[in-house]
Amino acid sequence: MKEEMNRETDGELNEDRPKKKGFFARLRDSLSRTRANLAGAFTRYDRIDEDFWEELEETMILGDIGVQATDRLMTQLRGEVKERHITEPAQCRELLISDIREKMTVDGHAYDFENGPSVVLVIGVNGVGKTTSIGKLAGSYRARGKKVLIAAADTFRAAAGEQLAEWAARAGVDMIGGAEGSDPGSVLFDALQAARSRGTDILLCDTAGRLHNKKNLMEELHKLDRIIGREYPEAMRENLVVLDGTTGQNALSQAREFNEVTDLTGIILTKMDGTAKGGIAIAVQSELGIPVKFIGIGEKMEDLQRFRPDEYVDALFDRPADTDNTEQNEEGADGQAQSEER
Amino acid sequence: MAFDSLSQKLNDIFKRLRGKGRLTESDVDAAMKEVRMALLEADVNFRVVKQFTASVKERAIGSDVMDGLNPGQQVIKIVDDELTKLMGSESAEISFLPGQAVTVIMMCGLQGAGKTTTAAKLAANLMKKGKTPLLAALDVYRPAAVKQLQVNGEKVGAEVFAGAPGSVPAVIASEALAYAQKNHKNVLILDTAGRLQIDDAMMTELSDIKKAVEVQETLLVVDAMTGQEAVNVAETFNERAGIDGVILTKLDGDTRGGAALSIKAVTGKPIFYAGMGEKLSDLEQFYPDRMASRILGMGDVLTLIDKVQSEMDAESETKQKEMASRVGKGRFDFNDYLESMKQMRKMGGMQSILGMLPGMGIKASDLEGQIDEKKLSKTEAIVLSMTPAERADPKLLTPQRKYRIAKGSGNDIADVNRFVKQFDQMQKMMKQMGGMKKHKHGSPFGGMGGIGGLGSFGAPKF
Repeated sequence: MKEEMNRETDGELNEDRPKKKGFFARLRDSLSRTRANLAGAFTRYDRIDEDFWEELEETMILGDIGVQATDRLMTQLRGEVKERHITEPAQCRELLISDIREKMTVDGHAYDFENGPSVVLVIGVNGVGKTTSIGKLAGSYRARGKKVLIAAADTFRAAAGEQLAEWAARAGVDMIGGAEGSDPGSVLFDALQAARSRGTDILLCDTAGRLHNKKNLMEELHKLDRIIGREYPEAMRENLVVLDGTTGQNALSQAREFNEVTDLTGIILTKMDGTAKGGIAIAVQSELGIPVKFIGIGEKMEDLQRFRPDEYVDALFDRPADTDNTEQNEEGADGQAQSEER
Repeated sequence: MAFDSLSQKLNDIFKRLRGKGRLTESDVDAAMKEVRMALLEADVNFRVVKQFTASVKERAIGSDVMDGLNPGQQVIKIVDDELTKLMGSESAEISFLPGQAVTVIMMCGLQGAGKTTTAAKLAANLMKKGKTPLLAALDVYRPAAVKQLQVNGEKVGAEVFAGAPGSVPAVIASEALAYAQKNHKNVLILDTAGRLQIDDAMMTELSDIKKAVEVQETLLVVDAMTGQEAVNVAETFNERAGIDGVILTKLDGDTRGGAALSIKAVTGKPIFYAGMGEKLSDLEQFYPDRMASRILGMGDVLTLIDKVQSEMDAESETKQKEMASRVGKGRFDFNDYLESMKQMRKMGGMQSILGMLPGMGIKASDLEGQIDEKKLSKTEAIVLSMTPAERADPKLLTPQRKYRIAKGSGNDIADVNRFVKQFDQMQKMMKQMGGMKKHKHGSPFGGMGGIGGLGSFGAPKF
């Protein structure tokens, strides 16, 4: 069953990409600091005592997993350790890994929307990488032969439309936009009509970045959400919130608030290519139950991938499950800064 | 409100400590455990938290509770002192070269921190101070980054220098400097490409720019929502690019903003400005001491006063004074209502103002539902549909007139009735308040009572 799923996912987002291992290797790199810390906690101790627990807690918090999620994981772990009479830090580690993996597992139907027709609304606070993520998604769907349309409903930020147009051109997909300052709702409306009449598989909607505590902007988002439901009720819906991997506990609050105005179906976790520790993904999943569906790990078109809990957790804890240490082509040279910024 | 939730947490903790004469070790331990958790939840870096709680604990244990303070307050005082020590107590200013010499400011930071927007905000801010800034677009990588700077530059009225396509950032920087010198600009703001701190090529680019032109101030732009990572970001940029100061962005979100504390603690570099909103005028001087008191729930009254002062021109100040005196006498009319709405908008809306008042922050979530800018504009439409005579004298409003107003403003007659009734009640209330409290005419808060009270006009459930 598990193998079947793996094959299926391999065949999708990654099939146009021979360097699958490279992605994993780089995810591991980017998580290396958390990993080193956690590994430290596991190897430095030869028995499970209070010092061990304390350090484990600290390292998890340092990895941005968050106080509450850490508490929950620790309580669960302590219970299991006691119940099963575990005395070895190594065994304890296996338990923690499986606990986290269990929490992070993505539902089998999570990507059904990719078969279309579907409308994907991409939302988030300013500067997390919405526009860039849409560009990358468009590129990968296009490469898989899907009919993709982009709606440039960020009519607020200066030059947001131009930025997206460039991504659309790179991906080779059409884009529907409006003038700066025009009503995002009308752009979306036009795009929905177009998607419908053209028989588009996936309509990707960019939105203006907004802080989640701005009532009127959140209201506007709610309106966009309603427009989609009203104008294209037969389409599958996907509401993805984009979270910056370097954001701390505020990411939770972001996910929570956006979930209030639009029913979130998933998370795109971006900027995992820095030294971001990515623990926030665990916090969000465990506290809100919204699955991470995509993860952005680099600046190139193919650097947005489906989120794989197994790989993520393995990378986090450095399990030698995959022998992927083969070095990849140097990527640094053409590292272009294309991320959205406001 | 950046630090609101943290203040509340500390308040809760210290409630338990009340009513004791001397702080015992176990009291302090219990409090510090909570302080530690609260700070960690606020994204203050772990190392910083450790250091901080240690020094507070050391000072707190065995200290006699000062006269007039309860034990909780005593701990709060120590926490506040240490926090202020950590954040610094004086606000820092960017230093400029004298006369027409061009001060070069380089903005750097991670992708999405808000460099381009902040560069334009900074230019606007400096123009207010009489500088003539030139913006230079050095982000040649991100699609449309140059365009974004050009559009924002135009909005604030600052000239933008863009290099020839294909130019290297360091070359554009020297060209921009030459251009600035020739065209009598005395500040040059370099907007560099966003980068991941681990990206060597990009870090090298920063030092190349610094070699090409003499940079007076290298400013690191940091997202206030950054997590534990903030420390590494600040340290790496400091090592590789040598930063002189920090600008904190997106502080108008609900982040607790622990990053501010972390960055200051590990780099020792001052935070110059804070980005507080979507508008290009929303860049504020950063006051570390105010930030520290904000952590302890004292609200940011000083920032509010500043904001009110800078936004209020002389003319409207007189109006404000007049209004304040009329409010005191209960003769507040619809014209005053319109005027106060206008002032409020200028200052960034109701929520932004209320958020800065002490004690208000705690109820931020309640207010959220009540103060809805959209509803406010609906009531504004009602007022705008009145004749000047009606606006000046609410008593004129007969049912016929109300009917006309309802039609004119696109509202239901019931809405108009409700609004007028509430207005009436508010007027009475203000009269009572005016009798109770002496308004200090001329102080910005003279008018604030009126504005604050008006919040409830936004409440009618349409």
